[in-house]
Amino acid sequence: MAAGVATWMPFARAAAVGWLPLAQKTMPKPPVDKKSRSDEILFVNVSGLRFQTWKNTLDRYPDTLLGSSEKEFFYNEETQEYFFDRDPEMFRHILNFFRTGKLHYPRHECIQAFEEELAFYGIIPEIIGDCCMEEYRDRKKENQERLAEDTEAENAGDAPLPPDATLRERLWRAFENPHTSTMALVFYYVTGFFIAVSVIANVVETVPCRPIKGSIKDLPCGEKFSVAFSCLDTACVLIFSFEYLMRLYAAPSRCDFARSVMSVIDVVAILPFYIGLVMPENEEVSGAFVTLRVFRVFRIFKFSRHSQGLRILGCTLQACASELGFLLFSLTMAVIIFATVMFYAEKGTKGTTFSSIPASFWYTIVTMTTLGLLITAIHYQLLIQLLMSLYFHLQYLFMWGHVGLSDLLSCCVPQDGDGDSTPLCVKNRSAFEHQHHHLLHCLEKTTNHEFTDEVTYSEVCVTDSVGFRTSRSTSLSSQQGATTTCCSRRAKRRAFRLANSTVSVSRGSVQELDTLHVTKTPAGTQYPQSRSSLNARTENLKLNCDDYTAAIISIPTPPANTPDESLPNSPAIPGILRNSRSSTFNTQETVKISSL
Amino acid sequence: MGVVLGTFPMHTKQVDYRRRDKIDDELEMTMVCHRPEGLEQLEAQTNFTKRELQILYRGFKNECPSGVVNEETFKHIYAQFFPHGDASTYAHYLFNAFDTTNNGSIKFEEFVMGLSTLLRGTMREKLEWTFHLYDINNDGYINREEMTEIVRAIYDMMGKYTYPALKGDVPKQHVDAFFQKMDKNKAGVVTLEEFIVACQEDEMMMRSMQLFENVM
Repeated sequence: MAAGVATWMPFARAAAVGWLPLAQKTMPKPPVDKKSRSDEILFVNVSGLRFQTWKNTLDRYPDTLLGSSEKEFFYNEETQEYFFDRDPEMFRHILNFFRTGKLHYPRHECIQAFEEELAFYGIIPEIIGDCCMEEYRDRKKENQERLAEDTEAENAGDAPLPPDATLRERLWRAFENPHTSTMALVFYYVTGFFIAVSVIANVVETVPCRPIKGSIKDLPCGEKFSVAFSCLDTACVLIFSFEYLMRLYAAPSRCDFARSVMSVIDVVAILPFYIGLVMPENEEVSGAFVTLRVFRVFRIFKFSRHSQGLRILGCTLQACASELGFLLFSLTMAVIIFATVMFYAEKGTKGTTFSSIPASFWYTIVTMTTLGLLITAIHYQLLIQLLMSLYFHLQYLFMWGHVGLSDLLSCCVPQDGDGDSTPLCVKNRSAFEHQHHHLLHCLEKTTNHEFTDEVTYSEVCVTDSVGFRTSRSTSLSSQQGATTTCCSRRAKRRAFRLANSTVSVSRGSVQELDTLHVTKTPAGTQYPQSRSSLNARTENLKLNCDDYTAAIISIPTPPANTPDESLPNSPAIPGILRNSRSSTFNTQETVKISSL
Repeated sequence: MGVVLGTFPMHTKQVDYRRRDKIDDELEMTMVCHRPEGLEQLEAQTNFTKRELQILYRGFKNECPSGVVNEETFKHIYAQFFPHGDASTYAHYLFNAFDTTNNGSIKFEEFVMGLSTLLRGTMREKLEWTFHLYDINNDGYINREEMTEIVRAIYDMMGKYTYPALKGDVPKQHVDAFFQKMDKNKAGVVTLEEFIVACQEDEMMMRSMQLFENVM
């Protein structure tokens, strides 16, 4: 609808005739339309494909290349057409935007190519219609991540090291990309083997073995062969410690390495042993020490370095952390509810296991788990996400033959602002704007009131009550109203206040009432909002940079002897330059794994 | 080029496309597509040239492919010109003024005739049109209530934030002033003749009317 509103301008102005009998003042003069009224067909040649369109169609969006005088640079006098050496397929979509007012994203096109075309023609991607916006965003995110992965893979690549690489660098390479050298590979497998051995030993320790001769009771193997097991454990820990220290030495940034997940796992795996060494054989603490041995089981996580699947799983968990969190929370709620119910239900019974609510927790949890609620819920989430992420990563793997080991660990989605769209400055004010301004001016004259905005309105209310008379020049009359734009849902994201021009009231000084003249040039900043609501929704974003700076410069600071109330204009002025697009292209909440 | 296009006959007809669907027999979906009279006829009836009619129709058809504007769309379009306030009431009266056949939708002919009167008509025609706009119930008289409605609708378009602030009795004062000017015999209503005479005497208004000449 926005595209064709310009079409209705003559109608709106005609309808203004209905106000005339009521008007108590004369109407302002209408703007002179210099352009010839007759429409003409323009020929646009894009790499050989000839398009034709009405000039009016292109004029609908004067901030684009085709709508402004910029297209004259591409005009070919001999062939009487505008020639663009660009993709003709893409141009179709651009032209359709002018025709229908909606920009569609063609799914089969590469997103970067599309964005480049848009940038060339001066169209901001945010105005992509809702029908295609989702797709566009997904593709864009995917693309960004793909690029990020690419750069990471390049950085941590398998390119041969420069010959003068230090021992540190060589070691680090060996650790991160084990297949680069045989030694590294050997080390990789050896550590993997010992992790397995350590875990198995932990398990086997507890298995009951046949009792030693002369005793009847079954012993766990750990006690029977305690020497053997402790030797094994010591050996494993020594190897792990050695590995950790080597990694720490070789790491380019030791702090970062020390903080990384894998290193934490390593430390947790070997720490119990050392703590056990340090601690005396004390009865009291030995209980705690035994608990520490539980942490030995975390050695199994060391397999993450060896298994890509584990890392993907880790990434998946990280990515859907919020969903998991919510799941846990709701399960906790359910557990508490049911535990309470069970407790109170069994309260009277003697000898019941539900002696207290926490005691009932265990029962509830077990029951729920048995019922499979927990499992199915997690599986549903995780499985889908895992499968999708695995698919994408394996796809990538197969395509490129390898994946940098480090990049899979850094699986958080890079959040960067969408700095690709630059606000275009309005270069020329369209006739449409002139006419619209005139129309609103007529309405003001009819009602004998002027448009203001919220800020000045509240100011003036105060002023009126205090009794000051303020005069304002009529050139400032038609001010920007509230931030309501009637056009699109997306306007909420981009609405920004243009309160600057209204602040012309200076109070406090009794002797003189200066009216500040904001030098509003005809390069109309007065109705960017209305224009934007009528034309493309993008125009909110475009600031007439020059004009605004001029406007700011010409506003002298209000006199200092104002009463206590702070002038609301001051925060408004910075507001102009603030291109406050609260649009969040990459939202953090739900990171879709599909774009991992 | 205009001649070539002008020779295409465009018939007036209601084209109904019925979808014969056995399952949805009750709902017969009819897509009504209205096509306007011929270009020559419209040219004869209005004060526009063929070219202007073409431009107008292109815009009209682009916005309303079905060939008619209903009130909702009309209000929506008009509201876009007045983002500050609420233009729906005034748009409603405008709609009724354009919809000369009173069937709830504006066809292209009605649209273009209205425009022709307002932009290219004689002074008398414009004043008559305005009178019909104000005369909400079409009884030939404008009474106070109708005028208050119209004035209120116009003030609504200004929105909340005006300078000076809109006080409650401003519309009433406006209406009083209007009646004072127009209602010569103090009958409490304004007839068409009174209206036209009073307007023609109002020099300021005549000047303003001149400004709206040929606004296309």
